[in-house]
Amino acid sequence: MTTLDSSKEIQNNNSEVNETHEDFRMFGLITFLIADGMTFAGFFAAYLTYKAVNPLPDGAIYELELPIPTLNTILLLVSSATFHKAGKALLKDKKSESQKWLFFTAFLGIIFLICQLFEYFHLPFGLTDNLFASTFYALTGFHGLHVTLGTLMILIIAWQSRIKGGRLNSQNMFPLEAVELYWHFVDGIWVILFIILYLL
Amino acid sequence: MTISIDPQKTNNESLQPKGLLRYFSFSLDHKVIGIQYLVCGFLFYLIGGSLASAIRIELASPMSDFMPRDVYNQVLTLHGTIMIFLWIVPVVNGAFGNYLIPFYVGARDMAFPRLNAVAFWLIPPSGLMLVASYFVEGAAQAGWTAYPPLSITTPQSGQVIWILSVLLLGGSSIFGGINFIATIIKLRRPGLKLMQLPMYCWAMLGTSLLVVLSTPVLAGTLILLSFDIIANTGFFNPVLGGNVVVYQHLFWFYSHPAVYIMVLPAFGLVSEILPVHARKPLFGYTTMVFSIMGIVVLGLVVWAHHMFTSGTPPWMRLFFTIATAFIAVPTGIKFFNWVATLWGGKISINSAMLFSCGFIINFVFGGITGVALAQVPFDIHVHDTYFVVAHFHYIVYGGTVFIIFSSIYHWFPKVTGKMLNEKLGILHFIITFIGFNLCFAPQHWLGLNGMPRRVAEYDPQFQFVNQISSLGALLMAISTIPFLINVFISVRNGKDAGDNPWNALTPEWLTSSPPPVENWEGEAPLVEEPYGYGKEISELK
Repeated sequence: MTTLDSSKEIQNNNSEVNETHEDFRMFGLITFLIADGMTFAGFFAAYLTYKAVNPLPDGAIYELELPIPTLNTILLLVSSATFHKAGKALLKDKKSESQKWLFFTAFLGIIFLICQLFEYFHLPFGLTDNLFASTFYALTGFHGLHVTLGTLMILIIAWQSRIKGGRLNSQNMFPLEAVELYWHFVDGIWVILFIILYLL
Repeated sequence: MTISIDPQKTNNESLQPKGLLRYFSFSLDHKVIGIQYLVCGFLFYLIGGSLASAIRIELASPMSDFMPRDVYNQVLTLHGTIMIFLWIVPVVNGAFGNYLIPFYVGARDMAFPRLNAVAFWLIPPSGLMLVASYFVEGAAQAGWTAYPPLSITTPQSGQVIWILSVLLLGGSSIFGGINFIATIIKLRRPGLKLMQLPMYCWAMLGTSLLVVLSTPVLAGTLILLSFDIIANTGFFNPVLGGNVVVYQHLFWFYSHPAVYIMVLPAFGLVSEILPVHARKPLFGYTTMVFSIMGIVVLGLVVWAHHMFTSGTPPWMRLFFTIATAFIAVPTGIKFFNWVATLWGGKISINSAMLFSCGFIINFVFGGITGVALAQVPFDIHVHDTYFVVAHFHYIVYGGTVFIIFSSIYHWFPKVTGKMLNEKLGILHFIITFIGFNLCFAPQHWLGLNGMPRRVAEYDPQFQFVNQISSLGALLMAISTIPFLINVFISVRNGKDAGDNPWNALTPEWLTSSPPPVENWEGEAPLVEEPYGYGKEISELK
């Protein structure tokens, strides 16, 4: 997990009095992720209610194929670990090693998205076919949007941890830690989504 | 250790535009942002108020002769949405929260100044979008609740713009909430304990928790609703196998807490105003804190009392009736505390105090009808009648808007350094109070006798009472005039206020009026007790 280091302090240069305060950007991010999690909670609640009270018409009950989503689960879990490795490396100022791990994490994210699209193209139902289909695409699509944004952010911080002129180092870990926490959050949501949507 | 990105670097005085211009800039100063929220909200209040007047003119006669029925529906939709999302929520949270919270926690600004400015600047464009949606073909006409199937079967382009606008406003609200939580929990000056904070901080902490926990659910729901409209999915469309009740559950999971998002900050503000003008400490500080947190917890589990007629199963009715009745307990505690604060105090009868007392009277009435509406047998009888309209407006206008005006009278001297004219203020209060009660009290009777809400035409037997109500609405419209005159005159030629005209003891009064850019020259004063009246100010510093 991300290290929540609150000992860092932001210095306020612009006033005559020199005042410092704790770095609470991580606190703000966690609050935001709770809010984001509530959006997913709303979707999950809607999906489970539909499952309980809205019987689907004949021919609308599908056995979902498990191999691709299982592979995707493994991909995301591994990517969480590789991201952690990147953080560890940056903490020791091994920038090129950190960058390698970051690119590998982004690569796993891209593979995840490709697998997801591949699954979309081979499903026997479309967005508007029935209630289950709509909810399926809404949930996985909203999650996929999160993965897309996460992958883009990983690529950005990978660029920023380059050796020449990169802004990230062991003194300035926050961007990496923030994206890492977000990425773990997206993974966690996927695990819940996988259980609710595919296994239940 | 210094971090290279300094969030407050651009707050440097030399980089900021001066004078009026800074109110039109991407300013990071929490006080500028607070005023931006307030003025922007007030402009939308004037638009929403004009729409309300149009509704009352239409209802002065039983036939739909002033405007066609669909236009009536569009007008009431726009009225509700503007008043809730662009006037009350941004003003009681954004305006007063931004202005006061950094003072109360002893900080120079909010925790995330840039996020704060972004949150404000989302509002004007989305507000304009909302108003523009009326002029698009197929303006939203499903009410502020946008219940399907009405919202997905009527002509839709206006409804889609409406949804986008509400999504943006929700985002603004969430950013604000994150900022308030971080500011209150993390940015308190060292040594200032949570239980020493002025009550408004607690109210804003509770409100922000509700915002962060419930607004995202509304966002998700509206995204699904827009899919139903744009992509022809069937989440909430029974024809395509969807379920409208799921929409109602998700919608009210936000929109019941939204009532507390609108009213808890008002509870906090009145707890600041009463002690100052009664010259007494706030009665029962600890019980106030716990009742706010109690309302936050209970407020999250009562949403289905809006849905007693939606085929709700009996166990759900029972649970939500009991949970709703429980909310009367913490709310009642707060009322007794306010009355006890006034009891035996040295009360000054000025505009701020009058509006606060008006709030107490109106809100007790709205609270009583609220408990009545929580009872299933009664609720089924008056569901979707004017009784609900009356109840709601007693809470939101009689409650929150009265407190907004009270707070403007109370903090105007701090913001501008000038006093507002008391005579005009008292005139404003009298017209507002009479107009408000004349407008909404008769609507209880209308509702009990079965007049449905959201319909342009009604049974002619209700005409006389409706005309009384419309007369009240006219008075409410007129009441804005003395207020506006007062503000415009006083900003230029008002009496000089000095730093602390009320001899108040909360931290914002211990700096100059208007306050300097970073709130204090030198170090922030430490106020041990926010309501220590009876002590000298020097003792409290």
